[in-house]
Amino acid sequence: MKYVMLIYEPPVSFESRDQVRSSPYVAAWRAYYKTLVEAGVYAGGAPLKDVATATTVRVRDAKRRVQDGPFAEAKEQLGGFILLELPSLDAALEWAARCPAAAVGTIEVRPMDEEIHETIVSP
Amino acid sequence: MIDDAAQRAVEAVARDSYGRLVALLSSQTRDVAGAEDALGEALLAALSSWPRDGVPKTPEAWLVTFARHRIVDQARRARVRADHAEALRRLAAEGSKPSGDLPDRRLELLFVCAHPAIDQALHTPLMLQTVLGLDAARIAQAFLVQPAAMGQRLVRAKTKIREAGIPFEVPDERERPKRLDAVLEAIYAAYGLGWDEAAGADSRTRDLADEAIWLARTLRARMPDEPEIRGLLALMLFCEARRPARRTAGGRYVPLSEQDAATWSPATIEEAETELAAAARHGRPGRFQLEAAIQSVHAERRVTGRTDWEAIAVFYDELVRLAPTLGARISRAAAVAEARGPELGLARLDEIAPADVADYQPYWAVRAHLLQRLGRRGDASKAFDRAIGLTEDDAVRRFLLESRG
Repeated sequence: MKYVMLIYEPPVSFESRDQVRSSPYVAAWRAYYKTLVEAGVYAGGAPLKDVATATTVRVRDAKRRVQDGPFAEAKEQLGGFILLELPSLDAALEWAARCPAAAVGTIEVRPMDEEIHETIVSP
Repeated sequence: MIDDAAQRAVEAVARDSYGRLVALLSSQTRDVAGAEDALGEALLAALSSWPRDGVPKTPEAWLVTFARHRIVDQARRARVRADHAEALRRLAAEGSKPSGDLPDRRLELLFVCAHPAIDQALHTPLMLQTVLGLDAARIAQAFLVQPAAMGQRLVRAKTKIREAGIPFEVPDERERPKRLDAVLEAIYAAYGLGWDEAAGADSRTRDLADEAIWLARTLRARMPDEPEIRGLLALMLFCEARRPARRTAGGRYVPLSEQDAATWSPATIEEAETELAAAARHGRPGRFQLEAAIQSVHAERRVTGRTDWEAIAVFYDELVRLAPTLGARISRAAAVAEARGPELGLARLDEIAPADVADYQPYWAVRAHLLQRLGRRGDASKAFDRAIGLTEDDAVRRFLLESRG
C-alpha cells in the first residue's frame, strides 16, 4: 500500500531552512530521511518552497487564468510531501509521528488511490 | 443549585464507578457493549431524573437497577438465544432487588479483556475502555491509531466476547499464571503509554499512568498472594518516583544516569520497596519482580550516590532468561556496558537479529552511545542518525542530536 504524508509546517520551520548547518530541525530531517530509506519505505517526495512562491492556473471558457497565490492566511502551510510504501495505515501513522515536522506542525496521512491510479496508467 | 448538585453526583458516579458497573452488568450477560449502552442510558436518565426527584441514597444501585431493566427490555425486543435466557431471568430478578452492596466484578472483566481469544493488541485498549471508561478517540490517540479504526476494533472485540461466550471468571490455579501475565502485560502497556505522553498530556484527561497504577492496586487488593501483581505495582511506582526528574523545567530530556537523585520522590520509592519486599517473601520470582528489583538498584543511588551496575547486569541476565523481550535484551546490553565495558555491551547488541531492530529506536540509541564510547565515530554517527530518525519525542530527538555532535 502507498501512503502520502502531507507535511504542514509553521513559519518557523520554513525559516530554519536558511540555517542548514546549524538548525537542529534540518539535522533531524536529514536523519529521518536516511532512516526512511534504510527501512525501505521511502517511495518519493519533495520539500516545497513557501506558499508565497505559488502560482495557480485555471482554464475557463478556453481562457487561461493565471494568478499569484493562493494567499490563504494559515498558521501552517504545506511544506512538502513524502510517498511511503507500507503494509498498513497503522505503520504510516508510526512514521508520521516520527517525522520532525510532527512536533511543530501537522502531518496529514492519506492512502494513495491505487484503484484509480491503476485505471489511469494501464494502457 | 439542586440541579448542579445532581449533575455533579451523576458525573462523580460516572467517573468513580464506571468500570465497576460495566463489569457487574456484563458479568452475567457476557455482553460488554450491551452493558456499556445500558449504563450510558442509565446515566442519561439520571441526568434528567435526579435533579427532579433528588439524588438517590445509593446512586450506583439506582443506575444498576435502571440499566438491568434496560438490558432485559432490549433482549426481549431482540430474539433471545436460549443460553442467554437464564442469565436474563437472573438479571431481571436481581433488577427488582434493592441492592445496596454491589459486588465488584472488575477482576473478572480484566481477565476477559486479556483473554487469549482476544487479539493481544486489543487487551489494553479494551481494558481502558471497559474498566476505566475511556472513549475510543482518546484510546486511539494513545495508540496512534485512526479513531474510527480503534472504535471498530473495540466493537469487534466485544462482539467476540459475547459470541464466543468468554467466561467472566477468574481462571483456576492451573491456568492462572499465564492468564494473569496477560492482564499484567496489558496494565503495564497502559502505564507505558501514560509515561510516553507525560510530556504534553492534556491535564483534563486522567493520566494513563495513574490509571494503570490504580488498576494494579485494585488487582492486588483482590489477589494479595500473587507476587507478580506486587512486582508490577512496585515497578510502576519506582518509575513514577523518577517521573519529575525526567525533564528539566525547560522541557529538556534527562537520561536516568544524569538525573538528580535528590529530586526523586522518597515516599513513592518507599512504597515500591515495601511492595517488592512483600512480593519477594513468596519466593516465586517473575518478570515484573525482576524489573522492579532493577529499578530498586537504580533507586539506591539516592542514598549511596552510586549505581551498582554489576547487580543490574545480573538481574538483566535473569530477566532475559525468563522473558527475552527486545527491550530487556537491549537494556541488558546497556547494563553490561556500564558494568564490564562497552565492547561487551556491544557484543550483546550484536547477538540480536538485525531484522528485529530495524524500527526499534532504543537499540539504535544504545548502539550509538556505545560506539561513541569506543571512539568509532563514523559508525556512531550512523547509529545516531537511525535513532534520531526513529524518535517521536522532540526532547529525546534534541538530546540525541546533541549527543551525536
